[in-house]
Amino acid sequence: MTRPATVDIDRLLDDPETRVIVCCGSGGVGKTTTAAALAVRAAERGRTTVVLTIDPARRLAQSLGLRELGNQPKPVHVNGFEPAGELSAMMLDMRRTFDDMVQSTAGPGRAEQILANPFYKTISTSFSGTQEYMAMEKLGQLAATGRWDLIVVDTPPSRSALDFLDAPQRLSTVLDGRIIRLLSAPARAGGLGIRKIVGAGFGLFAKAVSTIIGGQLLQDASAFVQAFDSMFGGFRQRAAATYTMLRSPGTAFLVVAAPEPDALREASYFVDRLAADGMPLAGLVVNRTHPVLATVAPAKAVATAEELERTGKGELAAAMLRLHADRVAVATREKRLLARFTKAHPGVAVVGVPALPTDVHDLDGLREISMRLAGA
Amino acid sequence: MSVYAGGMTSSGWTDELARARLHVVTGKGGTGKTTLAAALAIALASGQGRRVLLIEVEGRQGIAQLFDRPPLPYAEQRIASAPGGGEVCALAVDAEAALLEYLAMFYNLGFAGRTLKRMGAIEFATTLAPGLRDVLFTGKIKERVGATDENGRHRYDAIVLDAPPTGRIVKFLDVTKAMVDLAKVGPIKGQSEGVAKLMHSGDTAVHLVTLLEEMPVRETLDAVVELDTADLRPGAVFVNRVQPDRLPEGAVDAAADGRIDQAEIGAELKKAGLTLTEDNLSELVYETIDHATRVQAERRSRIKLAEADLPALELPELTDGVDVAALYELAEALVAQGVRRAR
Repeated sequence: MTRPATVDIDRLLDDPETRVIVCCGSGGVGKTTTAAALAVRAAERGRTTVVLTIDPARRLAQSLGLRELGNQPKPVHVNGFEPAGELSAMMLDMRRTFDDMVQSTAGPGRAEQILANPFYKTISTSFSGTQEYMAMEKLGQLAATGRWDLIVVDTPPSRSALDFLDAPQRLSTVLDGRIIRLLSAPARAGGLGIRKIVGAGFGLFAKAVSTIIGGQLLQDASAFVQAFDSMFGGFRQRAAATYTMLRSPGTAFLVVAAPEPDALREASYFVDRLAADGMPLAGLVVNRTHPVLATVAPAKAVATAEELERTGKGELAAAMLRLHADRVAVATREKRLLARFTKAHPGVAVVGVPALPTDVHDLDGLREISMRLAGA
Repeated sequence: MSVYAGGMTSSGWTDELARARLHVVTGKGGTGKTTLAAALAIALASGQGRRVLLIEVEGRQGIAQLFDRPPLPYAEQRIASAPGGGEVCALAVDAEAALLEYLAMFYNLGFAGRTLKRMGAIEFATTLAPGLRDVLFTGKIKERVGATDENGRHRYDAIVLDAPPTGRIVKFLDVTKAMVDLAKVGPIKGQSEGVAKLMHSGDTAVHLVTLLEEMPVRETLDAVVELDTADLRPGAVFVNRVQPDRLPEGAVDAAADGRIDQAEIGAELKKAGLTLTEDNLSELVYETIDHATRVQAERRSRIKLAEADLPALELPELTDGVDVAALYELAEALVAQGVRRAR
């Protein structure tokens, strides 16, 4: 069995060439915690760091001194935290990021027109890719300020872990307007090419769609897309710039997973996708592992526990041995799952982060996680 | 299952739950929603002639993976047999396929529909109106709940839905409410009313899967409040991956504080034939402290969870992971705790 290389977290954090770290992975694996812990450690090691979190759990946010959604980074001031560098943190406000982007891209008159459109409200709050897109937009903005020498980003808990890479493209398709123009005014669209393929069915389809989603919505959407047309180039450009930054050597992707089949399967997809897009992968972080500490063979542990139970003495000692055997079983399973991942992706460095017995809710907890990440 | 029972206030499957026809299974990501939904489907299908349909909606093909099958097509298929002669069928609802189904049904759009699909127009329509996907999903679910066989009897005794996570569940189940403004006429409107009626009726129970950890418990309690507020009916709480209490009663707090007499333990082990070095012994003690600290946290979670005041059922941690055989084991544990479908 090949042993994977270990992710050298401290080297990654200390390297001045590392400008952006993106933590990605499926939901529920502790991505946000990993991002926050990395940022804490980077700041302690002298980097001017900002962490961009998406929808953090309340107590995790509090541990960073974040009480509310603020669309700008705030310095983290917590008693007893005096890093050699700096640490700021923010939570993404999707709607405000979108508003800001519209205002800075469109002219003043046009911006108001867009912001007032009912369809804009839908797109800016409920479109399934908006959160992903805005996370990337915000990352682009933070990078553009030049204020930070390290940006750590958490990614949204998407249905699919790949959504954030695809979201700008998908949103572009919606805002591009070709299809919407066809739908809202199929007779005038002039898209003869497409209409020829689809034939008479298209009129029916347009009718069906407008019946299902409502004619008013379609009209709003159409007006929105027309108003949006002028700034569309700007939008695309920004998305493209962020995408290019993600592919640059200054970026490091950490895929975060838990030692569970589902999470590791997602991690596999992610690793493949990053490779396909030429994104720089730093490694896999496996949260909440249960390494075995004592070296007692499980069979021996169980046999001795049985012996103790038989004599009725040493109840605690017997329990300790059974616990140990449980732990070996869990660790064996985790190792087997990880070995499967490594077999499929032999080149990917891995770091396991042993589970804390309780949830993280303060800076000390984050620090503990960051030490486990760094293997310190 | 007595080792898992400590501290939970209410428990057991109620008659009301036994009468529900649609079992919606939600939970925070990573709590084992899909596994629980599959085990519940097997448990409800236990018995001669029973038939249960297991539905997933998020395109993850989690059911197929769980049952070690190739990806499910957009068609029901038998996926497992249940103890006593029942059977479980599975269906992965796909938004695009469901939309095409509607269009074909109401607008006779066969070939053109497929072309539009290739163009991405359908992806476009389903993303343009957020919630349209959910409308299609819930519409399909309702249709399956009501499906009858040639004798006019319900085709399925129960439907189990592997639903979106707790954060989205109310929005998902109540999506038809949000669509009222969007779809004032047409097939979706008629469908929407029926869906809303089903979701808010006694035929539907929304079960919550949690772990004995702070965040999943928090989310579970939040979801119960949200469901109540939306007049949806919370069903049972399924506490997943419960670890056996290994430590003797009363030893937990002392162990968590690190009050373990290492020398005494060492002597006892030696007497029983196991001699450990001091280092090894302290690692063993450390493992025990770690475990005891977690047990304490789990106890706090249990107390907190009791606030939900819902029937609670527990499922053991399976150290070997979840395979098809394990699903039957979990189903058995559910049946042992009273899970059944009323005749």
